[in-house]
Amino acid sequence: MNVLPTDPAARAAARQGVSVAVATGLYGISFGALSVAAGVGLGPTMALSLLMFSGGSQFALIGVIGAAGTPVAAIATATLLGLRNTLYGAVVSPLLQVRGWRRLAAAQVTIDESTAVAVAQPEPAAARVGFWVTGIGVFVLWNAFVLLGALAGDALGDPRAWGLDAAAAAAFLALVWPRLAPRRAQLVAGLAVAATAVLIPFVPPGIPVLAAAAVAIVVGLVAPTSSAVASTDEPADELAVEPADEPAEELGNETDREPVR
Amino acid sequence: MTTAALWTTVLVASLACFALKLGGHLIPRSWLASERVSRVTTLVTVALLVSLVVVQGFADGRTLTVDARVPALAVAALALALRAPFIVVVVLAAGTAAGLRALGWG
Repeated sequence: MNVLPTDPAARAAARQGVSVAVATGLYGISFGALSVAAGVGLGPTMALSLLMFSGGSQFALIGVIGAAGTPVAAIATATLLGLRNTLYGAVVSPLLQVRGWRRLAAAQVTIDESTAVAVAQPEPAAARVGFWVTGIGVFVLWNAFVLLGALAGDALGDPRAWGLDAAAAAAFLALVWPRLAPRRAQLVAGLAVAATAVLIPFVPPGIPVLAAAAVAIVVGLVAPTSSAVASTDEPADELAVEPADEPAEELGNETDREPVR
Repeated sequence: MTTAALWTTVLVASLACFALKLGGHLIPRSWLASERVSRVTTLVTVALLVSLVVVQGFADGRTLTVDARVPALAVAALALALRAPFIVVVVLAAGTAAGLRALGWG
């Protein structure tokens, strides 16, 4: 990798990437343990982590499987949650300027954290360093800790006695928490809670989650655009790449600026 | 779910997620520049995650229940409000539920 940081901005980006990678990688332990507890074996758990490599989608997929949902519901939920990575890819692609296999590698490590660190940098060179250090760092550490968690989870016995079901709920809460600042997000969250709670007794597992997504699509399509409602106080609405880490706050101030290029 | 169905689910969903990432890198940026597109994407993520909180926190099969997961979620929310790191939030929630169950509740 020709990203040996020499200038101070690039070194700072690399340091930031490493700290985000360590913090994010660590919670791979919880995914590994929860996945085997949900009945997804060691092999499929590692395949998910290596191939899917997107925390929210991975937690969602094993959640639907653990609740005895259908394969279609599991795939649809995980895929819809992965939709935001398309937006991230479009944002970081002009910064990276890569072709061929490196573009495939860049796509695979395009996640919340790598995008957040990249767009928080003041200059393109630092953004590239931030993206690759964070992306590759999270990839390596996340998969290592998922393996550790899966091996430990196998030895735990009843996952409920260890509170692992509550840990899964808390993981989703922590993932959504930084995205709840805009008022429109709070409105959608309220509607999603109501739709999910109402539907759980009546439809198969996995369907209430998809219904909540449908509600969000409707609200997103019919809500007036910001030019019509003067919502300049909602910069985070544009690009909610906010991992529960230091770069999050910086990013909040960056999203209304022209991205680095 | 059978082993074959499980593997199929894992591989198909992984392929779809990778295609979405790669798609973002390949399509012209202007295609996603529309405010409506980015807004729908952002809101879908919020709705899915919140819905998953409800399912993981309150559902027992097709029944809504209140058990040790609910106080665990309250502790997690408090920790998040105090800006605790992700791993701390998850461990506190697990510890709360495990502790309550060890005491014979939920």
